[in-house]
Amino acid sequence: MSVIKVEHISKHFGNLKAVDDLSFEVQAGQVFGFLGQNGSGKSTTIRMLLSLIHPSSGRIEIFGQSIEKNREAILEQVGAIIERPDLYPYLSAKEHLQLFAKVRKQQISTNAIDETLVKVGLAHRSKDKVQTFSLGMKQRLGIAIALVHNPSLIILDEPTNGLDPQGIADIRQLIKQLAQEEGKTVFVSSHLLSEIEQVAHQILIIHQGKKMVEGVTRELLDPEKRIVQIKTMDDAGALQVIVAGSFSNYLLPRKEGIFLKIPTYEIPLLTESLIKAEVSLLGIETKNSLEDYFLQITSNA
Amino acid sequence: MWSLINVELYKIFRRPRTYIAFGAVAALIVVIQLGLKIDGNSYAAFLMKDINDTLTVDGKVLNGYLICYILLQLLLVHVPLLVALIAADMISGEANLGTLRLLFSTPYSRTSWMMAKFIAASVYTILLLIWLAFLALFVSMWVFGTDDLFLMKSNYVVLIQQQDVLWRYVGAFVFASFSLLTVTSLGFLMSSMAGNSIGPIVGTMSAIVFFTILSTLNIPLFTIIKPYLFTTHMNNWKEFFDIQVNANNEAIKGSILNIPKIKTSLSVLTLHIVLFVSASIMIIKKKDILS
Repeated sequence: MSVIKVEHISKHFGNLKAVDDLSFEVQAGQVFGFLGQNGSGKSTTIRMLLSLIHPSSGRIEIFGQSIEKNREAILEQVGAIIERPDLYPYLSAKEHLQLFAKVRKQQISTNAIDETLVKVGLAHRSKDKVQTFSLGMKQRLGIAIALVHNPSLIILDEPTNGLDPQGIADIRQLIKQLAQEEGKTVFVSSHLLSEIEQVAHQILIIHQGKKMVEGVTRELLDPEKRIVQIKTMDDAGALQVIVAGSFSNYLLPRKEGIFLKIPTYEIPLLTESLIKAEVSLLGIETKNSLEDYFLQITSNA
Repeated sequence: MWSLINVELYKIFRRPRTYIAFGAVAALIVVIQLGLKIDGNSYAAFLMKDINDTLTVDGKVLNGYLICYILLQLLLVHVPLLVALIAADMISGEANLGTLRLLFSTPYSRTSWMMAKFIAASVYTILLLIWLAFLALFVSMWVFGTDDLFLMKSNYVVLIQQQDVLWRYVGAFVFASFSLLTVTSLGFLMSSMAGNSIGPIVGTMSAIVFFTILSTLNIPLFTIIKPYLFTTHMNNWKEFFDIQVNANNEAIKGSILNIPKIKTSLSVLTLHIVLFVSASIMIIKKKDILS
């Protein structure tokens, strides 16, 4: 069952096409990764999903209903954070949740508020004013606001922004938990592709407002092939070895160094050839596959 | 809707900025009351200097009722500027803070949010007026005592018996609430058009100053539009203190000289409030929330 169904939406700001004929569907219980570089149209799309921006054309259905006609009923079941975690500096974390609990039509208990604070790791700072919070803590509170009313659909726009590595891991775990244990549908956007790769069942990559690619994460990643970067003291010598050893087909056109998209089983062979040719090898680094994939398609666009 | 109003009121009264206006009003009133307490007799003598030769006035001229009238004359011109501080920040302040998108992605319509915000800003305005009334009227009555209210108009004198004064102040404050709510709605309209607070606050203040000047100038071109300007009507609370006289030129207790003028002014102000609030709702409904 489609929780989100977007059909040919576009948004123009004057002459600028922020989103251009975008269509996609998100299935129930899925973690849907929405990828794109900064300014690619991710947040505009998310704002259209939440009815904050009116699409220039196209149609959006959430839970099988038009967001335009059934906005209030739909938003009762949606929790969202949009871009930066902007909050009221003079209120505490708990006061924020109490305040946003009041604007839900369902009754939200104090226990539910406390549990949400525990879930995002803010229980120990619940009484502190937000003006004393770091960006990461504000981000956690933003997520708590999105979760406090136990929504069926959670839309998270760049949820790991400003978080430290532990925070990123915690949010990743939380997203997995929401989908796997609680059966929520999670729509998560990011430009940090490694984050999406680890949690999303399905990904969509947007570039300059247009859909670049969409598909099941593991199918798009092609685990049979890895992108590796060869780091040497002598790039010219390394290139000679690559060409001579019939690895040239795997070369990727990159200015930043020597990159190859190579079957995993050929990596030891390549390493051996470079060592035999006495190329001063600094290392062979496997790149994050999804990130590289993303860069590859967006730079070719 | 009640929960939205509750949320908006909670936010208003948790902000330190809210209390600036209450503090400013208190400081101004206390300073004026102190000045009049210390040197009030010279001030009263100055007021009476032109009529001392023709009229003998017994009793306490400088009483709490007169002090309140003086304070209202001074403050009701400036309080709108304090009201603008909050009203003009209601939407643009949230847009600037980035919280407007949080509110507008809750399961309530933008119209509901706008109405809640306007009602909350109106509650703030009314509370500020009640605070002003408490300090200007009741504290003055306590400090200076009560007596008949003696007012010097441009070419006549009004003497209102003390038992006939209090209800006039109630009327004047109710009227003033309409004046200030017009300012609140103007600030609200300005706020709906901007992405930060400074522009709407300055814009509201500028509009009040601009229209006040137009209302005051006696130029034929402006005379045509004057009756339609809210600033022309904002100070008509004073009409409650103009009293009818009988054939013997004696004041008629409980009367008001020009009731139609008060009714017209209230209608014009109400119309402005409705227009400003409706326009702000229309703007917000069509607006893309980009902040």
